[in-house]
Formats: sequence, C-alpha cells, structure tokens
Amino acid sequence: MIPLAAYLVLSAALLAIGVWGALTRRSALGILMAIELILNAANINLIAFARHVRGVDATGGPMFALFVMAIAAGAAAVGLSIVICIYRNHRTVDVDRINLMKW
Amino acid sequence: MSDPLGLLTWTTFGAVAAMTLGGGVLTVTLRNLFHAVLGLVVSLLGVAGVFLMLASEFVAVIHVLIYVGAIVTLFLFVIMLTHRIDSAEEPQTSRQWFAALILGAGFFAMAVSALLRAPWAVASPPVEAASVETLGREMLTTHVLAFEAVSLLLIVALVGAVTLARREETRP
Repeated sequence: MIPLAAYLVLSAALLAIGVWGALTRRSALGILMAIELILNAANINLIAFARHVRGVDATGGPMFALFVMAIAAGAAAVGLSIVICIYRNHRTVDVDRINLMKW
Repeated sequence: MSDPLGLLTWTTFGAVAAMTLGGGVLTVTLRNLFHAVLGLVVSLLGVAGVFLMLASEFVAVIHVLIYVGAIVTLFLFVIMLTHRIDSAEEPQTSRQWFAALILGAGFFAMAVSALLRAPWAVASPPVEAASVETLGREMLTTHVLAFEAVSLLLIVALVGAVTLARREETRP
C-alpha cells in the first residue's frame, strides 16, 4: 500500500523537473516537452487524490485527467504548428533569438 | 515493510518513479532533441505505470494512446522539420541553467513541505477506482457540457494548427 504522500512527492518532483526544463531549454520544442511533463505531474495528483482522499467523487479525478489530456493534445498541436511557422520565417527555433515582439 | 507483498509494491513503485523522474531529467538535459524525445517517452510510460498502480487502467491506456501515440509522434515530426542533424552540437541549454536548477529545487522543497504538512483526509482502505462503465456514463451525462466544449476546442485547435503550419502560396 503506497501512501498518498509518495505520489504527491513524485508529482512535485516531476513538476519541478518540468519547471527547470521550461526555464533552461533554448529550443521552443524543448520548452513544449517540459510543459508536457508539468501537465503529467498535475494528472498524477488528480488520480492520486481520487483514489486516496476520503469523501471525494471517485470519477471526478479520472474525468479531469482525461480532459487535461485532450486539451494537452490540442495545445501540443497548436504549439508545434506555431513552432513550424516561426521556423519558416526565422530559420531558428531558439527562443533567445526570437525577439520579434520585444522591440 | 516486512510482508513480501508490500515489498513488491514498493519495488514496483520505485521502478515506476525512477522511470518517470529519470526520463524527465533526460528530457530536460539531453543535448540532442531526438534523444530528449526518447527520454520523454520513458517518462510518459512511467506516468502510465503510476496510473496503473492507482488502479486507473483506463486512464493509463488513454494516456499511452494520446501521449506516446500522438503527441510524441508530432514532436518527432516537428523536430525533423525544424532541426538540422548537424545542429545537435549547438548548446541546448541557456546560460541560466544553474539558477533555474536552484529555483526548481527550491520550488520542490517548498511544495513537498507544504504537501506533507497538509491534513489530508486519507481514505483507508483506498476509494474504489471508477470503472470504465462509470466513467463513460459520467462523461456523457454529468460532464456532457465539458465533453462538447472539448470537442469544439479540438476542432478549433486542429483547424488553427493546419492554418498556421500551411505554406502560404498566394503571397503578393
């Protein structure tokens, strides 16, 4: 029997890794991958709460996680097509060199 | 943990957690983006294992289908479209990686100290996980508005993605 705290610590660690990646990656694709890690950390928490917290609706957590996955798929599709669009115009996906809206 | 079943459970959890976190670290640190995507696959399979340990097998299957099946494939295609093979030697992490590492570690410490101190109403034994039948019924009754909204959002996202990624041919 794994306690709830173990899942919470695991998901906090995954979230921290995702934040680290989103802050350090130069490539816009790497940042999108780190964001996927962050969304997964949130999903682990939702499922763990649905199973281990007394008095919650057991279907609410999995349902929320399924919707998060659907929206993550949509976000990835739009984000990646924006990356393709930027690459076509700038020949780079390095976020340090994309400063079109900075000045 | 003296009983063998508990030890087995903990061993499985340790393996799954190591996959999740190790894959995540590889995703963030590897220089070649192709290898980073492979790390992401390992991490996502680990997350599916966590879902299985929480007795949510339907969510685990959908997770593998959507993430490993669709999103990772999309990432691979976009990497092939936007990165030259010889660009693997370029530095992939910014100069602030150490500061970001400190920030991430601090965030982790803060989150863990808050989560472990919170008075959760822990259920023991755990709540019976929702079956696929219950999930399907709930999705089309209680959550039908959200379901329809998500289908609309996916349509808009797909049309937007096609419009953005399409090569413009009629530029004056």
